[in-house]
Amino acid sequence: MDEKLKNIKKLNVSKPLLLDCKQTVKDFSLAYETYGKLNESKDNAILVFHALTGDQFVSGVNPITKREGWWVTAVGPGKAIDTNKYFVICANVIGGCMGSWGPKEIDKKTNEPYGLNFPVITIRDIVKAQETLLDYLGIKKLLCATGGSMGGMQLLQFCATFPNRTFSAVPIACSTSHSAQNIALNELARQAIMADPVWDKGRYLKKNVQPKNGLAVARMVGHISYLSEKGMQEKFGRKLQEKADYEFSFDADFQVESYLRHQGFTFVERFDANSVLYITRAMDYFDLARQFKGGLVEAFKDQKTKFLVISFSSDWLYTTKENKDTVIALNASGADVSFAEIKTDKGHDSFLVNEPEFLKTLKGFIDSMYLKFKNEKRI
Amino acid sequence: MKKEFKVIADLLPKNVRVLDVGCGDGSLMSLLIKEKNIQARGLELVEENVKKCIYKGLSVIEGNAETELHQFPNQSFDFVILSQTLQAFYNPEKVLKDLLRVGKSVIISIPNFGYWKVRTKLLFFGKMPVTKTLPNTWYNTPNLHMCTIKDLFDFCLEKNIKINKVVGVNEDKTSEIKKSNLEMKNLFSKLGIFLLS
Repeated sequence: MDEKLKNIKKLNVSKPLLLDCKQTVKDFSLAYETYGKLNESKDNAILVFHALTGDQFVSGVNPITKREGWWVTAVGPGKAIDTNKYFVICANVIGGCMGSWGPKEIDKKTNEPYGLNFPVITIRDIVKAQETLLDYLGIKKLLCATGGSMGGMQLLQFCATFPNRTFSAVPIACSTSHSAQNIALNELARQAIMADPVWDKGRYLKKNVQPKNGLAVARMVGHISYLSEKGMQEKFGRKLQEKADYEFSFDADFQVESYLRHQGFTFVERFDANSVLYITRAMDYFDLARQFKGGLVEAFKDQKTKFLVISFSSDWLYTTKENKDTVIALNASGADVSFAEIKTDKGHDSFLVNEPEFLKTLKGFIDSMYLKFKNEKRI
Repeated sequence: MKKEFKVIADLLPKNVRVLDVGCGDGSLMSLLIKEKNIQARGLELVEENVKKCIYKGLSVIEGNAETELHQFPNQSFDFVILSQTLQAFYNPEKVLKDLLRVGKSVIISIPNFGYWKVRTKLLFFGKMPVTKTLPNTWYNTPNLHMCTIKDLFDFCLEKNIKINKVVGVNEDKTSEIKKSNLEMKNLFSKLGIFLLS
């Protein structure tokens, strides 16, 4: 896989970055991809932040996995985020494994993959690294920035750390801090990886292997949390997997088991186990109110960015209530904020699948913001 | 009811911050932004209306005024508008208190149950009145607490809410309502618009 990663877009970030863990890094790589064209007035740029297991390949075909980009339902020619009209940017998070500086990269000091010598990073570190890409691309102010789940958390961090760098923002199915339930689920994923003997305290890459069993279980945990109880029941029920009766064994008798195993084992082909540890940790440490003395009101003060917060009614990972708390905080800071809850059975995953009401709302907002942004610049 | 919106727009100075509670599809907000350069925000219960507002680029929060006004800080708006919905709340008194907390001033409009046609329908036909401003029948009306202009007037006096201005609307005609002409106006206005603080 590493050979393939040589041909993707990478920015070498030379500016030193002080991480929250107090380490300073420089000359690290940030892998990214862009779609569409930046117009002359540079006012059609949209930054997308990816979620935990995402990468920079938002649309089209991912050149590494040869699968569709993770957000083809929303981004592409003629889609809600229309790449015929807008210039879409997405970077792989640091700590990730699609070309950006992460635990599977070679540590120049030891000439070996970092493994657990990689510093523990935060959402703020991730976002600061990505901001350098905007400078590199010459974009002073984005038309919009958006992201779901961890992508939404990065977005809220981005707005707090770099106020008014974007004209509008659409945080989707996210929160201003990780809840106990979400930390617990992440811990389950990490423990699954670390319990796999192949993991070997993170040194598996030296032997050119992956703790596949642990990583697959981690993915299964995640997948359960992305669906809703009702959605799962409707999709799978008690249906059996290509068989007429129980086999009285521990093979995947049920369709839902087979589905989870499939999700788990395709994931290990494209993801690095240590990256899961580092990125889930960054999510758990995320607590925007903790970063500012005055709490969230301080975090969002003087925001001119126009926000649209979107939640999904059946999302139990980042509930409507948590999303509404973000709205309340933005309101309390006097920010310009809209909020819509999409009624759906598709759970947390709703932003990734074809959910027409969601896509219509996203499109309606971004298109109206584009007109406003152009108008504002004219004045 | 375009006349109602016109009256509300006339009550507002330019460049103020306004919260439109129950903003519907955002028609009033659009009018206020265009004519008075107002910073308008909306709160709306119906999902379909919320989306209509978003498509127009208006700021709107999906939510229920009965339970979700608490999210707005004290005195965070110059004006809060509540158009023809006060009577539909379970607890209008609590909502009104919340509106006065969030807004420095509050504009409320109510369909007037004291309008003569409403009165005669009940008097002569012995049935719950169905009119243009009150189009629903008794079993499917969202209106739980119908009141008259006089009722709301007295309520404000009783609760020490300052009445700055009251306008009566009947089709295209508008007139200011004062204590001296309250009985007459309560009989001939279809709609009452109150500016309170």
